[in-house]
Amino acid sequence: MRYIFTLMLALTLCSPALAEERLKMSTTTSTQDSGLLKVLLPPFEKKHNCKVDVIAVGTGQALKLGEAGDVDVVFVHARKLEDKFVADGLGVNRKDVMYNDFVIIGPKGDPAGIAKAKTAAEALKLVASKGAIFVSRGDKSGTHTKEKELWQAAGVEPKGNWYVEAGQGMGPVITMATERQGYTLADRGTYNAFKGKKTNLVVLFQGEKGLFNPYGVIAVNPKKHPHVKLDLAMRFIDFVTGPEGQGLIAGYKVNGEPVFFIYGKK
Amino acid sequence: MGFIQESIRTSFSLIFSLDWEVFSAVWTSVGVAAGSIILAALFGIPLGLAIAIGDFPLKRVVITLLNTLMAMPTVVIGLVVYGIISRQGPLGGFGLLFTPMAMVIGQTVLAIPIVANYTLSSVKGADPRILPTALTLGASPLQSVIQLVHEIRFGIMAAIIAGFGRVISEVGVAMMLGGNIRGYTRTMTTAIALETSKGEFAFGLALGIILMIVALIINLLLNFMQQR
Repeated sequence: MRYIFTLMLALTLCSPALAEERLKMSTTTSTQDSGLLKVLLPPFEKKHNCKVDVIAVGTGQALKLGEAGDVDVVFVHARKLEDKFVADGLGVNRKDVMYNDFVIIGPKGDPAGIAKAKTAAEALKLVASKGAIFVSRGDKSGTHTKEKELWQAAGVEPKGNWYVEAGQGMGPVITMATERQGYTLADRGTYNAFKGKKTNLVVLFQGEKGLFNPYGVIAVNPKKHPHVKLDLAMRFIDFVTGPEGQGLIAGYKVNGEPVFFIYGKK
Repeated sequence: MGFIQESIRTSFSLIFSLDWEVFSAVWTSVGVAAGSIILAALFGIPLGLAIAIGDFPLKRVVITLLNTLMAMPTVVIGLVVYGIISRQGPLGGFGLLFTPMAMVIGQTVLAIPIVANYTLSSVKGADPRILPTALTLGASPLQSVIQLVHEIRFGIMAAIIAGFGRVISEVGVAMMLGGNIRGYTRTMTTAIALETSKGEFAFGLALGIILMIVALIINLLLNFMQQR
């Protein structure tokens, strides 16, 4: 028994000091999996002597965490849902942070022939008509929301053996699409991080306006949840949209290629 | 083909380079599991003793329920505790969600039925004359129970080891209630899940190897305590 108490005491003493403030942020898997947060957060933490606790989930869940008041700030990519979040009085001070784009990736041979398509919706229509494997996120993430918009535009209700709903993050979905040699909609950042060693799928459709993928940051409304750290959340928003944060985002590269782009600068 | 070898190589280079992130995940795993198992022992051992010794109606039903609780999926425990400690839940005011404390709560709930069940069966396996004998020899009820606990100490140790194994290896509660926050609530298992999702399979497996090494060391320590 004495061992156990000693152990318990040791645990209590060694737990990190509670003095520094903690900012809870829910965000999408892409900002974390791309590695961006590892370069973006430390300077902010140092400047304001705080710790940013990152909870990386799909955009839908990230917004839900904000709605429940379990986080102080959300950093997501689904413009329509973000606007609704603010309109519903759940968040304040929404700001554009950065963007990249979605791409449709698939096997090199392109069995559905989507490379010839003129729009993303047309590309998906081809996938559906050929019954080629398509792996969907199926997790209410920003990417999933975009994918559903595209299916709607294509006038196709995706159903059947060829349509695989993974219910997982971007990385596992790319892995699954690679294993099944199917198509999927991916954000360019995550795809770039997987390209080559982890997947042999290639970009078959890109560059359409509808595939624009903007990221925004929103503070959780303190009127709804008085306990949220609005002050620190605002400072975080100022930081990522300010010159220092924007510089870090623009300068971040994976495999020599930029992952996210900032506004107002080419 | 090179996958397994790469994992083993990576795991050793991580150990010897004292990688901060790995070290922090090991520490969180061990700390949270230790905290949970201590709490689970405090609740589970008396519970198991009470059910074993006590004579009450529906005893069989209670035992069956306790056995069923051992089969409770970690995500279900995670969900229930989540609902209670989220800001919208009854204990939301404490702001516990996504902290190590939240993981301790969930893993304690996970381990209590295991500890209680093992305690229960070791009492059943013990000599039934221990309690009556102690009582006739003039021991108080409390002293008799302490005597019983002393007799079944190996069984109780097994209860703690089994519970510890369960909590340090689970991922559902840690992911849901801890949130996999780097350097704070990231455990070995949630780190493995994250690396897998990033497609870093070899790195994930390397972390798995380290987790097994840590478990081995802890079990050696517990074994050593048991011998004394």
